[in-house]
Amino acid sequence: MASIPAPLRGVLPVLLALVVLAGLQLFVGDLPFFVYVSSLVGVNIILAVSLNIVNGMTGQFSIGHAGFMAVGAYVGGKLALEMKDLAIAGLPSAASDQLQLLASLAVGGAAAALAGFLVGLPSLRLRGDYLAIVTLGFGEMIRVIVSNLEVFGRALGLSGIPQTSSFMMIWAWVFLVVLVARRIQDSAHGRSLLAIREDEVAAEAMGVDTTGYKVRAFVISSFFAGVAGALFAHFVPIINPGSFTFVKSIEVVTMVVAGGLGSITGSIVAAVVLTLLPEVLRSLFLQVGGLEGGAALAQKVDQIRMPVYGLLLVILMLARPQGLFGSREFWDALPRWWTRFRRAAP
Amino acid sequence: MRTLLAATAAAAVLLGAGCEKKSATAPAGPAAAPAPAPAPSAGNTVLIGEVFSLTGDKATFGISSRNGIEMAVKEANAAGGVKGKKIETRVYDDQGKPEEAANATTRLVNQDQVVLVLGEVASSNSIAMAHVAQPAQVPMITPTSTNPKVTEVGDYIFRVCFIDPFQGFVMAKFARDNLKLNKVAVLRDLRSDYSTGLTDVFTRKFTEMGGKIVAVETYNQGDSDFRGQLTAIKRAGPDGIYIPGYYNEVGVIAKQARELGLTVPLMGGDGWDSEKLFELGGSAVEGHYLSNHYSADDPSPRVRKFVADYKAAYGSVPDALATIAYDAAGVAIAAMRRAPDLSRKSIRDAIAQTKDYPGVGGSVTLDERRNAVKPAVVLKVGKGKFDYVTTINP
Amino acid sequence: MGEFVQHLINGLAAGTIYALVALGYTMVYGVLKLINFAHGDVMMVGTFFAYAVARGLGRPANTSFLGVTVIFLVAMAGCALLGLVIERFAYRPLREKPRLTALITAIGISFTLSYGFQLDFGPLPGAAPRAFPEIIPPREWLILGDRAVVIWNWQVISLGIALLLMVALQSLVYRTRFGRAMRAVSFDHRTAALMGIPVDRVIALTFMLGSALAAGAGILFALKDTVVQPLMGLYVGLKAFVAAVIGGIGNVPGAVVGGLLLGLVEEFVVGYSASSWRDAVAFSFLILVLLVRPSGLFGRATAEKV
Repeated sequence: MASIPAPLRGVLPVLLALVVLAGLQLFVGDLPFFVYVSSLVGVNIILAVSLNIVNGMTGQFSIGHAGFMAVGAYVGGKLALEMKDLAIAGLPSAASDQLQLLASLAVGGAAAALAGFLVGLPSLRLRGDYLAIVTLGFGEMIRVIVSNLEVFGRALGLSGIPQTSSFMMIWAWVFLVVLVARRIQDSAHGRSLLAIREDEVAAEAMGVDTTGYKVRAFVISSFFAGVAGALFAHFVPIINPGSFTFVKSIEVVTMVVAGGLGSITGSIVAAVVLTLLPEVLRSLFLQVGGLEGGAALAQKVDQIRMPVYGLLLVILMLARPQGLFGSREFWDALPRWWTRFRRAAP
Repeated sequence: MRTLLAATAAAAVLLGAGCEKKSATAPAGPAAAPAPAPAPSAGNTVLIGEVFSLTGDKATFGISSRNGIEMAVKEANAAGGVKGKKIETRVYDDQGKPEEAANATTRLVNQDQVVLVLGEVASSNSIAMAHVAQPAQVPMITPTSTNPKVTEVGDYIFRVCFIDPFQGFVMAKFARDNLKLNKVAVLRDLRSDYSTGLTDVFTRKFTEMGGKIVAVETYNQGDSDFRGQLTAIKRAGPDGIYIPGYYNEVGVIAKQARELGLTVPLMGGDGWDSEKLFELGGSAVEGHYLSNHYSADDPSPRVRKFVADYKAAYGSVPDALATIAYDAAGVAIAAMRRAPDLSRKSIRDAIAQTKDYPGVGGSVTLDERRNAVKPAVVLKVGKGKFDYVTTINP
Repeated sequence: MGEFVQHLINGLAAGTIYALVALGYTMVYGVLKLINFAHGDVMMVGTFFAYAVARGLGRPANTSFLGVTVIFLVAMAGCALLGLVIERFAYRPLREKPRLTALITAIGISFTLSYGFQLDFGPLPGAAPRAFPEIIPPREWLILGDRAVVIWNWQVISLGIALLLMVALQSLVYRTRFGRAMRAVSFDHRTAALMGIPVDRVIALTFMLGSALAAGAGILFALKDTVVQPLMGLYVGLKAFVAAVIGGIGNVPGAVVGGLLLGLVEEFVVGYSASSWRDAVAFSFLILVLLVRPSGLFGRATAEKV
């Protein structure tokens, strides 16, 4: 096999992904419903995989992920609103839009990362259950802050954010977060996280700076949650505090737990299934039940979604607490020649 | 190993199934360009879509609205439908979230090919819906969203209620001119844009008219203990309190205000209009005032019939949301009957020309900004019903 | 001055409810080391049981001493049963599993109960709030100043019932054999088992006790705020949990102090500064306490053994 030059090896997968996504983008560009739903799915995958870094790999109880998503959405969204009438000179407007989008994503992600740092540093010293409550509280506090500030639109929310997100942009970031998570998992850094998860006291005794690693995991995770939020703000016409509640945090936790704590594949699959399931059920009931009965049935389905979610969590924990995938990944199942190809050092 | 493959396969199938359904139904064309909308009412039914919060903490409002529309559709179908076709409704729940409202609207507009969309109650969700309906050029009527921004999204978006700037002005005028109040405190709902919007307008107008706002306190929709805020308000010594919130909380607020020894008149908006106000507030709500679209006292047979029919079908007297939603559906149906054909554009044009539509909640005329021009009435809360006091014109 | 006293009364009234619910949390945490997220929703279910019984009895039966006692007993018994079922089928199988698993299960039960009660099929009440029957007809009990402070009869009665429940619990935990068993299990359940204590039974009974207490708290809450609705347990439960943590989770007097403190702090912040920041108060208070005293006000810093 031709040997790939070292500096390129890291970036190659990303470049390949971009090419593939560009192709898909051309294909799906005019299917608005598909693009919208797949954008929702993409955002949920980013949220689940990023949360997995903290809850799965590091074994901490963070249940306020929606708060970081909110920070990214509002900060990135507000920036985009302010930049709406500006354009980068010398570039076609589409390119300028995308660059502005990237700037919003970067700033939103950075703000969320900062929030993650501020929340993580004091609370990661505390016991597991306490961290859960503090992260939950943080999520609620973000909502209160946003609801009170005129600059963020208070109860109405922020509207008018340029809807410049696209299928390709969202799935490029999905790819990125999976790549980063994967790289962390396979690295020495990741092994320290796993050590912290398995037995924090022993890890500390072995010289692992547990607080430092935990905070770092938290910050990385919050960054991606912020990016997810900023992306969200760019395809949903208006964002308001109602989209970033405790219920949303629990939905993300469910995806991580159902997929398997520590399994990136699991988070992806669970995010896809749980986001698409209500849509599929809606379509199913409408087709099966006919117009009249099907619509009523679809409504009933919408209504029982939340209690069913709760039951699902309970049954899952009782029957299969390790989640769907445990800690396995689908790339573990890849045939041998692929892994040998990857590991072949030139 | 096997479970792993099985699970991945399941997910792939789901994705595939999802994809299939989406590309099988004709894609609506690029979202930016006007959808040529082949008469989706080929056949003997015409499909309209609804998006409301049927779950979550705003569920009662969504359910009321849906009921009102259902009644209107049922009556229309009983009278022969529209242009000989039966009206079918497709209702989706948005859980109170704007992204789900946009999702549901996208589905209605692209997959289900509806000719018209009705929804939502909360202005944020209506704005989300409008941003999907407008580029797709599907007419949309919101029954009760009061933030001016909703209809500003575009010329396919309409509303049949008055907007916050008017209703806030109404109560400010009444407080100043009729009740002769000088110092008013405000207790608003932080989670409701309707409440915050009315508060902003009321405080501005009341101050312009020479009054003074002595305190502004806040609560959250879903709260049940308002004593802290009420005690603080009591300290400010107002001679009236403006509470532009919803009946679920207002009933309890009135009770607790009386319990704390606050005897000044309370004032509010159409969010008070519901039987629940009496159930939750008991006698504490009597003697207070609210602005509304119409008076249920109205002896007109249309109002009587509507209230009786609604009660028979749903077991309770209709609240303002159900009433205005009924009118929204009525306006839509009347427009569909007037329009030359059932294409989205024709329906849109017909709606725009709505003038003096005899709604239960007042006569509806749409102005050039596609908002309803209606006078507001001020009602006084009596024993189990609302009594008419006066009308205030725009 | 008048409104300061009024705020004090409001805060104590709210705090008493938090304290009662926090007691349930703390007891369960003590024996199971589990945050029972569903506790607030068990309280909600208890309140609905009471609502049903009170409506069933009708006036004037539900205002008589006997009627009120029946309402309390039925609601508390019903919740105890619910607690038993939840513990037996959802928590017991997970006892040796990692705590996150049990936490997730608790959240699942919480959602099932609160959103399930929002449905309106069959016996389920539906989302709309309802007025709780006035089982203690309100009468002014004490007026200070020119109506500057008004105290009502039901406020005094509620306080009395809350104190009664707390004293009963206190005697149970510190003066009976069962209480000793409970404390032993919360200290170290393996050793307790070795000493011959039927750990499973003790845990089940503790759960039942906590749930019954929650039902009592729920009725007092309904007396205070006069409305019941399916989502009422979520926020009360959360705040009560915060109160339990502030007091030191696992610590019985800590839960009471935490609850009262939280009620007072919330009331005074709302009353004297911007009420729109109310929801943030509980959590800010929590973070403050945890930064200064990580195991809570009364908690013991336990050394983690390797």
